[in-house]
Amino acid sequence: MAQKKFVVGCFDEEKVLFPAVKQVRTAGYKIKDVYTPFAVHGLDHALGMRETSLHTAGFIYGITGTATAVSTISWIFTKDWPLNIGGKPHFALPAWVPIIFELTVLFAAVGMVMTFCWLCQLAPGVKKHHFHKRATDDLFVMVIECTDKTNTDDLLAFLKSNGAIETDVQVAEEEWWFGTYDKDDDLYNTKQVAL
Amino acid sequence: MHIKYESQLREPLVYGEKNFHQVTEDILRPIEVKPSRLWYIGFFIAVTLLLFGVYSLYREVTYGIGQWNLNKTIGWGWDITNFVWWVGIGHAGTLISAVLLLFRQGWRTGVNRAAEAMTIFAVMCAGQFPIFHMGRVWLAFFILPYPNSRGPLWVNFNSPLLWDVFAISTYFTVSLLFWYSGLLPDLATVRDRAFTKLRQKLYGIAAFGWTGSTKHWQRHESLSLVLAGLSTPLVLSVHTIVSFDFATSVIPGWHTTIFPPYFVAGAIFSGFAMVQSLLIVVRKVFGLTDYITIGHIDLMNKVIVLTGSIVGIAYLTELFMGWYSQNKYEGYTFWYSRAYLFSPYGWSYWGMMTCNVLSPQIFWSRKMRRNVFVTFFMSIIVNIGMWFERFVIIVTSLYRDYLPSSWSIYYSPSIWEVGFYLGTFGLFFTCFFLFAKYFPVIAVAEIKYVLKRSGESFKPAFEKLEAEPLDKFVHDNAHAH
Repeated sequence: MAQKKFVVGCFDEEKVLFPAVKQVRTAGYKIKDVYTPFAVHGLDHALGMRETSLHTAGFIYGITGTATAVSTISWIFTKDWPLNIGGKPHFALPAWVPIIFELTVLFAAVGMVMTFCWLCQLAPGVKKHHFHKRATDDLFVMVIECTDKTNTDDLLAFLKSNGAIETDVQVAEEEWWFGTYDKDDDLYNTKQVAL
Repeated sequence: MHIKYESQLREPLVYGEKNFHQVTEDILRPIEVKPSRLWYIGFFIAVTLLLFGVYSLYREVTYGIGQWNLNKTIGWGWDITNFVWWVGIGHAGTLISAVLLLFRQGWRTGVNRAAEAMTIFAVMCAGQFPIFHMGRVWLAFFILPYPNSRGPLWVNFNSPLLWDVFAISTYFTVSLLFWYSGLLPDLATVRDRAFTKLRQKLYGIAAFGWTGSTKHWQRHESLSLVLAGLSTPLVLSVHTIVSFDFATSVIPGWHTTIFPPYFVAGAIFSGFAMVQSLLIVVRKVFGLTDYITIGHIDLMNKVIVLTGSIVGIAYLTELFMGWYSQNKYEGYTFWYSRAYLFSPYGWSYWGMMTCNVLSPQIFWSRKMRRNVFVTFFMSIIVNIGMWFERFVIIVTSLYRDYLPSSWSIYYSPSIWEVGFYLGTFGLFFTCFFLFAKYFPVIAVAEIKYVLKRSGESFKPAFEKLEAEPLDKFVHDNAHAH
C-alpha cells in the first residue's frame, strides 16, 4: 500500500477546466486523473490518453460466441446425436441462425462488461480514495501527482491562477482496497455545498 | 469536432434554472426522503397481488395444468397471451436506451433509466409464463443444452421454442448489464451524498468503487455505445423470435411471413404505452416535471401513433391475404373467427381494432399529444388493445382447427389463470416501487451532460451563436484531436 502526495484542484466549469489542463500539462506537471461527475467529451484527449480498445475486446468476445454456437450445435446434430427430422439435412445452418446470433450478443456483452470492470478495477466492496466528495456531484477534480521536486505552494498558486475554486494537498493511497465506506469517511454535510 | 449547442428550434430537455448540483438534488430527493403514504399503499397493493399470484402458482404446481381452463385445442390460453404481452412491454426500455442512443436522440436521457428498469421487470414477468406452462416446473432445466445422463439427449436447436429460451435469457442478461453499468456513476453520487452509515455502506457496495476518473468515463462511453450497438439488433431479434413461435407453425392465422415486423412494431407500441403510464405518474409524484417534460411525452406519443399505424397496416394486410390466398382455412380464420363481429371471439378482434388502430389516431393532434390526461388514458387503452391482439392471435386460431369434430367449447380462464396474471402485475409493481424508492429514476450523469447543451436556462446563450457565420462558429467551437 503505497501512499503518495497529491495536489488537488477543483473546477466548476468545463470551459475553465480545459485551458487549465493544458496549462498544467505544459508546465510539466503529471496529472494523475481528473474526476468528473459526467463524461466530459474531449477531456481524455486533452489529458493525452489513448483511445480505449474495449470495443476490440467486445468484437473478440462476439466471434468467440459465434464460434461456440456453431461448433456446439453442429457437433451435437451431426456427430453426437444426429436426428432424422423429415429427411432434412443434419447440418441445418439457417435454423441455427437465431441461436448463433443470440450467443454472439451474449458473449460480447458479458465479456465486455467483465473486461470493463477488470480494467477499471470495479467490483462490489472495492474502495478507492476520494479526493473530493463533490466529484460525483458538480465539481471537476484535477489531481496532480507530486514528486520530490514539486513545490506544492507554487503548484497550489498556479492552480488558483488557472481558475481552481478549491485547492488542497492530500496524502493518499493511489490504488484500491477492499472495504466499505462505513468507518473513516465523513458523512455528507449539506453546508459543504452551499452555493 | 464537437458542436456544443443545440438549435433554438428544439425544445429544451431540462426546464428551469438549474446547475449541476441542483440536478443532483432534484433527482435524488425522492430516494433520500421517507416515502409518502401513497408509496406504502401502492406497495401494499402490489405485494398483495404478488402473493395471490404465488398462491395461484402453488395450485398450478401442486395439482397440474388442469387448474387452468385450457382444453383440447386451446393449449395456449391466457398464459402464452400474457407471456407475449409482457415481452412486448419489455421492448421499450432497450429501444429507448439503445436505438435512440445510436440515433443520437438527446431526449432519451430523461426517460431511459426508468424505461430500462421497466424492461427488466417486464421480462422477469414474461419468463414466468412459459416456465410454469411446462407443468412440471421442477424439470425446467431440461430446456438447457447440457451433457446429461439421458443419452445425452439434447434439446432441439431447430425449434423456435428453444430459440425463445436463448433470446429471452440473452435479452434479460444484456438489458440487466446495460442498466446496471449505466447506474454505477449515479449510485456513486448517492453514496457520496449518504447521510447515514448504512446508506454509505450499501450504496458503496452497489457503486463498485466508482470514482468518476476520466479513463473510466472513456471506457464507460465505449461500453455504452457498443452495448447499444449490440442491443439494437437484439431487441429486434427477441420479438422476431417470439413471432417465430407462431409463424413457423402450420396453424391458419399464425403461418404468415409478416409476423416478425408486425410483432416488433406491436412490441414497441405497447412498450411505449407502458413507459407513458409509469412515467406520467412518476414525474408528478416525484416532482420531476422539469426533467420528464411535456416534450418527452409528445415525442413518445409520436412513436405510439407511428407504431400503432404500422400494426394497423399489418392487420389489414392479414385480412387481405386471407381473401387473396383463396385458402379456405385462412379465410375462415380471418374473416369468420376474427373479423366477423358475431363469431364467438369477434368481440376480442374488434376490441383490438378499436384500442390499437382507431383510438391512437387522436395523437395526430399536437394538442392531444401534449395532454397528460389523454396520454395516460390512451396508454392504458393501448395496453388493453395489445393484450387483445395476443389473445386474438392465440385463441381464435386454436379454438377451431381443421377437423370440426375436434372444435372446442368456449374458452374462458379459471381464477388461477387470472391469478397468475395478476401475480405478475404484483411482481412488476413490487419491483418498480422498490426501484423508485432506492435507485435514481433518471440518469443523473446523463442529464448533467445534456444540461448545458439543451437546458432551458442555457439556451438563450445559443441565440448569439446561431447568428454568427458558420466559419467563425466552427473555428471557436471545434477542437482538433
